[in-house]
Amino acid sequence: MATLTADITEKLVYQRPDALADLYTHYCPGCTHGTAHRLVAEVLSELGMQEDAVLVASVGCSVFSYKYFDVDAAEAAHGRACAMATGVKRVNPDKIVFTYQGDGDLASIGLAETMHAAIRGENITVIFLNNAIYGMTGGQMAPTTLPGQHTTSSPFGRDIKLTGNPIHIAEILGSIPGTAYSVRRSMHDARHVIQAKKAIQTAFEAQQKGLGFSVVELLSSCPTNWKMTPNEALSWVRDNMVPTYPLGDYKVHEELQSKRGRGR
Amino acid sequence: MTKELLKGNVAIAEAAVRAGCEAYFGYPITPQTELLEHMSSRMIELGRTFLQAESEVAAINMVYGAAAAGARVMTSSSSPGISLMQEGISYIAGSEVPVVIVDVIRGGPGLGNIQPSQGDYNQVTKSAGHGDFHPIVLAPSTIQEAIDMMGLAFDLADKYRTLVFVVADGSLGQMMEPAELPPMQELRPRPTWSLTGKKDREQNLISSIYLGASLLEEFNRKLQAKLAIIEKNEVRYEAYELEDAEYVVVAFGTAARVAKTAVQTLRRQGIPVGLFRPISLWPFPEQQLTDLADNGRVKGFLVTEMNAGQMLHDVRLAVGRGLPVKFYGRMGGAIPMPEEIETQILNLINPAAQPETTPEGSNGYINR
Amino acid sequence: MATGRIVIDVERCKGCELCLEACPQDVISLADTFNAKGYRPALLADPNHACTGCALCAVVCPDACITVFRDVPTPKAQVALEV
Repeated sequence: MATLTADITEKLVYQRPDALADLYTHYCPGCTHGTAHRLVAEVLSELGMQEDAVLVASVGCSVFSYKYFDVDAAEAAHGRACAMATGVKRVNPDKIVFTYQGDGDLASIGLAETMHAAIRGENITVIFLNNAIYGMTGGQMAPTTLPGQHTTSSPFGRDIKLTGNPIHIAEILGSIPGTAYSVRRSMHDARHVIQAKKAIQTAFEAQQKGLGFSVVELLSSCPTNWKMTPNEALSWVRDNMVPTYPLGDYKVHEELQSKRGRGR
Repeated sequence: MTKELLKGNVAIAEAAVRAGCEAYFGYPITPQTELLEHMSSRMIELGRTFLQAESEVAAINMVYGAAAAGARVMTSSSSPGISLMQEGISYIAGSEVPVVIVDVIRGGPGLGNIQPSQGDYNQVTKSAGHGDFHPIVLAPSTIQEAIDMMGLAFDLADKYRTLVFVVADGSLGQMMEPAELPPMQELRPRPTWSLTGKKDREQNLISSIYLGASLLEEFNRKLQAKLAIIEKNEVRYEAYELEDAEYVVVAFGTAARVAKTAVQTLRRQGIPVGLFRPISLWPFPEQQLTDLADNGRVKGFLVTEMNAGQMLHDVRLAVGRGLPVKFYGRMGGAIPMPEEIETQILNLINPAAQPETTPEGSNGYINR
Repeated sequence: MATGRIVIDVERCKGCELCLEACPQDVISLADTFNAKGYRPALLADPNHACTGCALCAVVCPDACITVFRDVPTPKAQVALEV
């Protein structure tokens, strides 16, 4: 052992959060699922919730999220995460219960369970990833797919005359009295990622205060199924998704007003 | 304790409460709704969880969540509702969490009607969801038996970390009988595997996903080994007047009540007939039936059900081809009358002496 | 101007290049070599010590594989380091 002397010291500015398990994820390079996982884990670690948290994972690309978060977890059936989380929370009211769901899971097959959890004012937190496509099954049209967007099941582009318009979850859930917090954020650049994290933190705080249903819709990329590089995909989020899905706060409970974020 | 006059659905609900049921999630459907209604007041009074879900799909997934969180939990429904719950039931089986489900069966298929039926036999014993599993299925034939079964159902669910069905039919749910309720039991503590937050331990996970073929096969082997133990330990049945019986009626639930009356009538006439009543529909008392068929005295079986012949196949498998196994069933909400079953028993004993069909006006029977 | 450095967990990195785009100092590039998964991981290539420790790379990293340190000027401190 040798001893050196130096004129400077270092401080740790950022490190991987404890609530993220020490695993290599299966997500494609540049997929913002990883970013969202990291943000949720950072918030759980920073708010000291890791030991009280119960995750209800969903079906889709995020099917393995129960492995990636080092918290107690259950794997729900496709679309049923909000119902399962209701069961967990009702018998564990002092725990922090959250779901992590994609747009196929939440906005298509699980719409009824999601809506009714909000209508009941279920005191759970929903992290909702909107990447305008079914990722896990290989890029089919989602209820969130943009008009004209080409997918493997809308090969001529989404025709709104045949399949309707994209669904705006943050606005819909924000209109429900049982919802304490409903916002939309994006993860297309560092500034927006930081805003997304603040929103996730507020959502968990809403649950901690017992204010009701909280949801953060996160605009996300799917480079593989969009057939783009990761950076091109983030530009596509900025240029195409954000205009369709305006960022903003759609419901902020009065006890959270100081947390109102810009998000834009 | 004294006997009270109790309605089936209410008695089942109160028995569950007293067995320490901590949470109930359900959706109204005739003919089980009084069960949900009783829970809606009793569970709240006791500070426990009652929630009327937006659908059976949601209800079973709430049950799944509460079971994963370690609570003693149940739901109840009737046939079409059980069909809707099948996805969640399969996940519960694949995750090995203890759950009790009461199915008060009504007439099907489709919307059918709200009359009593046993048309869910195959659904609950053999195809309660995708994949290889069987719930334990208990079939009471009186309200007292249903009451006693609720405590048993929760205990079996916990013991084996499995699904337990208690299947009644609309008539058992709706009828009133004198019965005695058990004393109130305390809530049991949460099991160590349940989702209560990972403080001071490693992560707990409740899941039915095994992505590799070898992993999933290994899980299935484990599940099958558990089911084999249940098959060995948990067979339940009633043998009535079988000591010297030459002819055996096989029936469960309400059909068995009617069959018992028919057996009593024929016994008074000196006819050596008895009743074999499966109480556990799964595991099915197959060996006991085989032993009856092989005892050298029994000459034939009559299966009677309120369906088109579902348990019939299990009886035929157990009896084999050596002896006749006749079937008499009513469907669509009809309940057989004792006289119809007496006629069928006499027909089994002496086919030449009796008419092939049922009494006038009994439409909708199946005789095979 | 603050200075700092980053440490990239090269085996966890998938070479997605989001950190390259996010870095205001342009001091991250992809390695010429491959990691065990077959990706070219990101590297700090900072000969002039231009990294400010701003952590924007870590903020956008989907794989949480970047640790960020910022230099704290302590001219008179004597810091013992084990080598």
